[in-house]
Amino acid sequence: MMQNEMSRRRLLGLGVGLGAAASLTLAGCGGGSASKSTATGNGGKEYTGPKVSLNLWNGFTGGDGDIFKKLVEQFNSEHQNIAIAVNTYRWEDYYSKLPGAVSSGSGPDIAVMHMDQLATFAARGVITELDDVAKALELSEGDFAPTVWKGGLYNNKRYGIPLDMHPLGFYYNKAVMQKAGLDPNKPPTTRDEFTAALTELKKSGVQGFWISPFQFTGGMTFYSLLHQWGGSLFDAEVAKATFNSDPAVEACTWLVDLIKQGHSPSNVGQDADYLALKSGKNAFNFNGIWQINDIAKDPNAQIGVAELPQIGSQKAAWANSHNFTIVKQRSADNNKISGAKVFINWLSEHSLDWAKGGQVPARKEVREGAEFKAIPNVATLAPELEYAAFPPAAPGLGEVITTFYTSFNEAVLGKKSPKQALDDGVAKANKQLEDNRKKYGS
Amino acid sequence: MADVIEVGAARKDAPPPAGGKSRRGVTVRGSRATPYLFLAPYLLLFLAFGLLPILFGVWLSVHQWDLQLPNRPFVGLDNYRDLFDSESAIYGDWWSSVRATAIFTVFSVPLLVVIPLGLALLLNKSFPGRTFFRAIYFAPYVLGVAVIGLLWRFLLDANLGLVNRLLGAVGLPSDTPWVTDVPWAWVSLVGVTVWWTSGFNAVIYLAGLQDISPELYEAARMDGANAWERFRNVTLPGLRPVMLFVLTTTILASANVFGQSFLITQGAPGQQTRTVVWRIVDEGLRDNDAGRAAAMSIVFALALTVISIVNFRFFRYRED
Repeated sequence: MMQNEMSRRRLLGLGVGLGAAASLTLAGCGGGSASKSTATGNGGKEYTGPKVSLNLWNGFTGGDGDIFKKLVEQFNSEHQNIAIAVNTYRWEDYYSKLPGAVSSGSGPDIAVMHMDQLATFAARGVITELDDVAKALELSEGDFAPTVWKGGLYNNKRYGIPLDMHPLGFYYNKAVMQKAGLDPNKPPTTRDEFTAALTELKKSGVQGFWISPFQFTGGMTFYSLLHQWGGSLFDAEVAKATFNSDPAVEACTWLVDLIKQGHSPSNVGQDADYLALKSGKNAFNFNGIWQINDIAKDPNAQIGVAELPQIGSQKAAWANSHNFTIVKQRSADNNKISGAKVFINWLSEHSLDWAKGGQVPARKEVREGAEFKAIPNVATLAPELEYAAFPPAAPGLGEVITTFYTSFNEAVLGKKSPKQALDDGVAKANKQLEDNRKKYGS
Repeated sequence: MADVIEVGAARKDAPPPAGGKSRRGVTVRGSRATPYLFLAPYLLLFLAFGLLPILFGVWLSVHQWDLQLPNRPFVGLDNYRDLFDSESAIYGDWWSSVRATAIFTVFSVPLLVVIPLGLALLLNKSFPGRTFFRAIYFAPYVLGVAVIGLLWRFLLDANLGLVNRLLGAVGLPSDTPWVTDVPWAWVSLVGVTVWWTSGFNAVIYLAGLQDISPELYEAARMDGANAWERFRNVTLPGLRPVMLFVLTTTILASANVFGQSFLITQGAPGQQTRTVVWRIVDEGLRDNDAGRAAAMSIVFALALTVISIVNFRFFRYRED
């Protein structure tokens, strides 16, 4: 979500090929098998008009970009009258470049966008409603996971057709667990198991679960636990921030206390938590599904992947999703829109190949197919889709969510008590929400 | 070309008074448009990419301006008032970013003015391997901020970084939070910036040093001046224009700090190392409030202008 996150990921991927980086960048080394599913002809979705050329923008700068391009090439060769040209920008440039390009008439026809950006771009009139697309393609909630499908809505209108989802997963170092006398094939799944494992690890001299103060991915860990404790970032109307509620404070305190109890060092740097996992300095890490390709490179296969353990009173995991959107043009060209629809539907049906890049397909039939279930690790995290905590749909939330992550940062770094940090954050977030209301008039 | 040479030659040879005067008159009259023609290309660029954007920025700053939203209401000085109104959502962020930038500038500028001068003095001596050392000291400057940012973030990591490990190896505390707590984060940011950009200022100084006539040193030496006296009375005065340039550009560059804190400390702890430029970028590009971002830019630019003027005044005063 948000530019900051994307930039961080990419920058990391860039330099040292490390962890948090990989979200969208390192994806793609998944599997060598070139198997593919054939289009399950959805009658009436074909485009038979004159040849159209469509521009598509995305932010897939890593290995996932290659997979995407291959899919587009395949699409182009199968559709003589539709030519898709792909432009890839780094996500952090992408979201600032897009509005300008659209208003000057040089924007794309189709834009890939994160779910939490949809509301902002919809409110600002950059992207167009897709209810008719969903209807024409006979897509409905039943074809997708409900959480993802609903995430494409803003003001009860559809703006995005979901392609995939990328949740936070639970990564554990088997060798370190074994050394501490834990069963490496049984990662903890509950709070009791989790804390018991940490105690064992501590006995063997390992600080088991490093708490990063940064959004990637300490902040996202807190985001997940806050939902596990039954809290939320905002109220239902996204009018007031609620991340200083009792559940939120408890979840935050639980994490901060792990530092006090010696299960994590203080002052964990960006990515240090994940690097420490890989080098056997800690045992557990909550990190994005995008790390699956990174851990697959480890010849000893020491790192395992599982669903997030349930620490709070219910299951929950941070997640985001890539969506297809159709960009508003100064003069609408129905042929282009028809062509775009065909493409979006086709790619969504072919999202199995996309899954190999380390993303869980949004489309149910793909997700439930045997071929997807055979993709290691990615399929392991697919069940999280049922309880994924997606970011809320409201325009201009970027800065508000930054405020949320900053509060967590202050709490973890011991600048403020969890309660104080979250209270201060909420006070500021409410002002920001107020500003947004004035601006977007909702 | 030939004309010019002739004129020059004539001047040298001919006796200065009467004839020279009329010739000079002709030259001036004939070239009245010339300076403007020479200036025209730059003037055009300055208008297109300097003045007009500034004026447009002023225009933006009195509106609530979003590229995409259809209505961009005129809000008068509201964007400016928000920056000074402790009740506004932006007040805290803005002043904390001003504070961050001020701290960084106050600590980095003196070091970036003095250390490169020392380097330049050393590199100006002749010794074997001089070119090699000149290259070494300049080398970090050719790296992009993304490269040095990532590099130092990992080197300075409190728990995994090489810096703390080396400190531990020699018996010093090995758990300093270089990038996640103040004041250490400032030590890191200033230190990295000094390492990164000293080479550039050193090269400027070096050029300045080579402009100082050796005869002056010779004369000073004959008068019995020792090394320190030669430095005080020949080198420093000779470098004054260069120093003014270095000081001014360094203050501006330091005040514009963004990449280092964006990458190395990521603003931590909390937002304490989030700088003004970062705030402006977020405001304008992430939060799509170009009006407020413009108001911030203008306030910031005015402050820097005042500082630069004071700077110039100070140096001119010294010259008089």
